[in-house]
Amino acid sequence: MSDPAGDARALDVDGLDRLIAALSERGFAPHGPIVRDGSIVWGPLRGVADLPAGWTLEQDAGRCQLVRRGDGALFGWAVGPDSPKRLFLPPSLQLFTARRDDEGGFALDPPAPAPGPIALIGARPCEIAAIAVQDRVLLGSEHTDAHYRARRDEAFIVAAHCGEPGGTCFCVSADTGPSARSGFDLALTELHGDGEHTFVIEVATERGAAVLEAVPHRAATGDEIARAAAVVTGAASRMGRELETDGLRELLYGCREHPRWDEIAARCLGCANCTMVCPTCFCTSVSDLTDITGATAWRERSWDSCFTMDFSYIHGGSVRPSVGARYRHWITHKLASWHDQFDESGCVGCGRCITWCPVAIDITAEVVGLRSDGSPPPRTRTAGFRV
Amino acid sequence: MPASSRRTRRPKLAVFKLASCDGCQLSLLDCEDELLAVADAIEIAHFPEASRRSVRGPYDLTLVEGSVTTPHDAERIREIRGVSRRLVTIGACATSGGIQALRNFADADALVAAVYPRPDFLRTLATSTPIADHVRVDYELRGCPVDKRELLDVIIAFLHDRRPAIASSSVCIECKRRGTVCVMVAHGTPCLGPVTHAGCGALCPTYDRGCYGCFGPADSVNAAALGDAFRAAGTPSGEVARAFRTFNAAAAPFAAEGDRHGEA
Ligand code: SF4
Ligand code: SF4
Ligand code: SF4
Ligand code: SF4
Repeated sequence: MSDPAGDARALDVDGLDRLIAALSERGFAPHGPIVRDGSIVWGPLRGVADLPAGWTLEQDAGRCQLVRRGDGALFGWAVGPDSPKRLFLPPSLQLFTARRDDEGGFALDPPAPAPGPIALIGARPCEIAAIAVQDRVLLGSEHTDAHYRARRDEAFIVAAHCGEPGGTCFCVSADTGPSARSGFDLALTELHGDGEHTFVIEVATERGAAVLEAVPHRAATGDEIARAAAVVTGAASRMGRELETDGLRELLYGCREHPRWDEIAARCLGCANCTMVCPTCFCTSVSDLTDITGATAWRERSWDSCFTMDFSYIHGGSVRPSVGARYRHWITHKLASWHDQFDESGCVGCGRCITWCPVAIDITAEVVGLRSDGSPPPRTRTAGFRV
Repeated sequence: MPASSRRTRRPKLAVFKLASCDGCQLSLLDCEDELLAVADAIEIAHFPEASRRSVRGPYDLTLVEGSVTTPHDAERIREIRGVSRRLVTIGACATSGGIQALRNFADADALVAAVYPRPDFLRTLATSTPIADHVRVDYELRGCPVDKRELLDVIIAFLHDRRPAIASSSVCIECKRRGTVCVMVAHGTPCLGPVTHAGCGALCPTYDRGCYGCFGPADSVNAAALGDAFRAAGTPSGEVARAFRTFNAAAAPFAAEGDRHGEA
């Protein structure tokens, strides 16, 4: 904990609402989890009333259902399909516009300014870990991504430690949760039940303290602090999935010819959902476009994926023409070569690729399969499509 | 390159149609805001849907809508190719045979006899086939109908000698970029998006429907895995076959799934 336990604060629901308002007044655009289209996604937040009170997401491989919890908890669920990646690394972005001038040259329009700073309300520990991973990729070398930086630099982060892991979460294995250690300004743990609804708040930065000063709050009691700690230990004991990370890098480098790849290839759609929802996947592609006259041209950048054929297309064809080769590339990058590139794992254990894979392919189960010599039967999905 | 946006000779555009519903070529007329600029940059030399005036070929860019379903079509498409510098096929009919390719899986003579009082007046082929089965095609634009922004980009790309900025990946990528919640994972609604070519902007999932596969198979996807998943989730085989046998029934990966799950 970044804050001596004794300094923990407490807010009630109204206090949290005022905190959101205070961030708004300071020029941040508050964003947080909202209910939309039968799920919970990141969106603009006007106040506590927009948060998913009483909702949870029941998750398993290939399945995610929005259901009522039977109480009024605001953070009684884990993560949805979206992550803050959508806010910091937008799915589509116009990088520049060029206009032909009369002398046969051209002029560049200045890029549209990035929107003002965002405040994340209720970012999960694994999401915060994923932001750190993306920071390393996009800001960690001499070649930084100015568009990402413009959105990321000033962002204010209120973490929400987890009390209710989803059926596909494995942050304990990834060592990223269910409580966040750093990378936030304030962190909350939700205590609810028996008429109580309190947020125990850790203060991690000076600006976090300054914003908190602006809203009515009190010191957390010793009992509240103890119960907040119990919330996350409880969550840690109820992880939906597990991933044995010992020797994982060596395992993946050593099994390029494993029979499991063909077996996965038979099930994998090649649809790219796993990479789109992954909060650390950072790949984009650029297209150059022109208007009819050719007087204006512009460059667009969009999320792309190593699961598409175009992605690795070079003269003569695609480097990874088969679906099996693309899955192998993806899992090897996440769990092995990311270590060589960025000195850490590319997987934070959020479980999104498992939940949002339409055919329930499970990165943790595939690792188990790769660890064994044969090919254990694939998990069968638990959900049914409506007929 | 000179600064002038007006070339000395505008390239000539022709639009032809074989067996089709006209919806794709109408997408061009639907580009209301851009139509004048298009006409300024390219001479609309032959486009019967828009104008009776027809300028003889050869044409620099020819758009062909529709599939080959008659011996006459098969003849005509060769003539069209002969007068076209670049030939682009537009829409599901022209690129995969269209909905009328359902005849490929049935007895065409029996269908004709069931529908027409005087079948002997009709000269039809047993199959509906895409243009690329008959002549060389320079570019295929997918969709039922095509997306008008993509159609416009094909024309603009031709004018400026670049590749159309059109991805051949899945509809799922469009869903996720757009922030649409997956109807399959969140609601259990069967969706062809994972194996369907992008282009519509994930229209149906965004309106809470599963994808119908209007843009045909995406590049290198695994349609069989989706068919298997539908079956494993309890969808009867006939329903799976019907899902794959719509606007792009004869496109190879969809045809294979239709056959695999179809009633014998
Ligand atoms: S690989 Fe899967 S579990 Fe790991 S961070 Fe990405 S989406 Fe989450
Ligand atoms: S993976 Fe861990 S930190 Fe992320 S949502 Fe699940 S329990 Fe919370
Ligand atoms: S693993 Fe699942 S989500 Fe990823 S490409 Fe394959 S089928 Fe799609
Ligand atoms: S709704 Fe359909 S197209 Fe969209 S992500 Fe889900 S499976 Fe793919």
